Amino acid sequence: MADVMTRPEHVATEKRRVPRSTHARIWSKWDKLIVVLMITIPTVIVVALVWFPAVSTVILSFTDWNGIGNIGDMNFVGGQNYVDVTTNYPPFGPAMQHNLIWLVVFFFGPTLLGIFLAALLDRELRGGRIYQSIFFLPVVLSLALVGFIWELIYSRDQGLLNNLFHANVDWFGDPNINLWAVLVASGWRQTGYIMLLYLAGLKSVDPALREAAAVDGAGEVRTFLQVIWPVMRPVNIVILVITVIESLRAFDIVWVINKGRNGLELISTLVTQNVIGEASRVGFGSALATIMIAISTVFITIYLIQVMREQK
Amino acid sequence: MTAAVVGRRRRTRPARVVLQVFLIVMAIGWLFPIAWAVYNSLRDYDFTSAHGYFSFGGFTLKNYVNAWAEGDFGRTFYNSAVITVPSVVLTLLLSASAAYVLARFSFKFNLTLLGLFTAANLLPQQALLVPLFRLFVNIEVPYSISDSGTLYDTYYAVIAVNVAFQTGFCTFVLSNYMKTIPKELTEAALVDGAGAFRQFWQVVLPLCRPALAALATLEITWVYNDFFWAVAFMRTGSKFPVTSSLQNLKGQFFTDYNLLSAGSVIVAIPTLVIFLLLQRHLRAGLTLGATKG
Repeated sequence: MADVMTRPEHVATEKRRVPRSTHARIWSKWDKLIVVLMITIPTVIVVALVWFPAVSTVILSFTDWNGIGNIGDMNFVGGQNYVDVTTNYPPFGPAMQHNLIWLVVFFFGPTLLGIFLAALLDRELRGGRIYQSIFFLPVVLSLALVGFIWELIYSRDQGLLNNLFHANVDWFGDPNINLWAVLVASGWRQTGYIMLLYLAGLKSVDPALREAAAVDGAGEVRTFLQVIWPVMRPVNIVILVITVIESLRAFDIVWVINKGRNGLELISTLVTQNVIGEASRVGFGSALATIMIAISTVFITIYLIQVMREQK
Repeated sequence: MTAAVVGRRRRTRPARVVLQVFLIVMAIGWLFPIAWAVYNSLRDYDFTSAHGYFSFGGFTLKNYVNAWAEGDFGRTFYNSAVITVPSVVLTLLLSASAAYVLARFSFKFNLTLLGLFTAANLLPQQALLVPLFRLFVNIEVPYSISDSGTLYDTYYAVIAVNVAFQTGFCTFVLSNYMKTIPKELTEAALVDGAGAFRQFWQVVLPLCRPALAALATLEITWVYNDFFWAVAFMRTGSKFPVTSSLQNLKGQFFTDYNLLSAGSVIVAIPTLVIFLLLQRHLRAGLTLGATKG
């Protein structure tokens, strides 16, 4: 009886719903205008101030524009800037090498340590929240500030390290070691970030998986490596991409120490020096920036594929 | 069965102790750099130069007073606020409206646009530097707006770039969040005659409050911490944000690390306050962006 009563109504609502999905009839002209503006304005801003400059950088890298004259005065010089960068610019080799070292150290240092800490803290543990907070704390400090804070430890005359070991090492100044000193400082900040991301991933792992592994008699280490790690694949990819991009973007800490000279050359600092320095070499700086764009594009694509797969 | 459980529990106990010891040591090590800065910021320069930094005593608050004055922190904090507040407000407004359209309407370029927004935040900042620099130098504005007659060396330039750079990330986070809001809620509003904008403003946005709070907290820290865009697009020293105060302290008083410690602590205080009061939001913001869930 109740079934018979409700049925027609149900059909009726179904019918009413059909035109609702075709927006044309429900949204007024005013609504449509609003919706178009709501998406267009942000899109225009992002395209104009992010994508247009990025594409322009790539184009400028093939020109000899010096940034002073009229844009019409520039000539296309093909790959000349790239030839100059690779063969006739001494800091380029070291900078590439430093960025690569940065990546390798970030991967084997903060990234793996962050994952390890997340695995340790993802369980009932006395003071677990406090440990998480402590490791997360440096993440809220800017990398520039991290540079200043560590200067108090590294300084040659008054730093803690030299005081403690009665040494006379210029940790941030000696080109043989300053990169490593900087990596310790920025790794200190990065570890908490990775730990946080990984913890969030671990929280979403189905507890039944763990229980099943425990029933099968797997120890904690084996459970993590053979059961948890494989299902964490999406998070692993995100973390890999973040590690690469952060290594490539490293800038602030090095800039506040010595503007990226004397052992601390990075691609990012070379671009900045060439563009906002006294001698602005636009085409040349753009070629350096384009190398950064090329590398990051690969990893942004990986990230997007991963993220868009989750969208479906 | 019970024997096995008891046996396992007994075996794991020493492991737990090792784990706790390891974590305590790591945690102390992690806090140390900040604690060291705070400790030395509270000590007199003459005392530490006589006894070395690895000593105890000579406590004073003088460094904070001096650092505040010599670093011109009153001005630089104001500058940071002038950059941060409009940047965060505009970023959230723009990204919320873009996210609403991307999450609620399906059209041809839906996913493409989402990708365009998402990827924007991952580009290296230096990749945008050359054209933006030239763009701002060449856009002429009245002298009443800018002393230089162009957008270069104005807050507008720094704010605009911050907004553009952060909008992508926030749009991604918010559109994911809005997709979890049941469609029935906006449909009910639609039946009540609410137009697209009222649905957005009165139904969707209030429901997004947790995500907006998380993003606001995160963006305030990020924009406050940003140093690069200010260096790139401004020239006048008196317009720079707080990080530049530290550079002033270092430049003028090369050896006074107590003063520099005090300056570092002053710069850290706003983000530390956010950390202590709003840590939940910070974590939510970061994890919403990187992983779904």
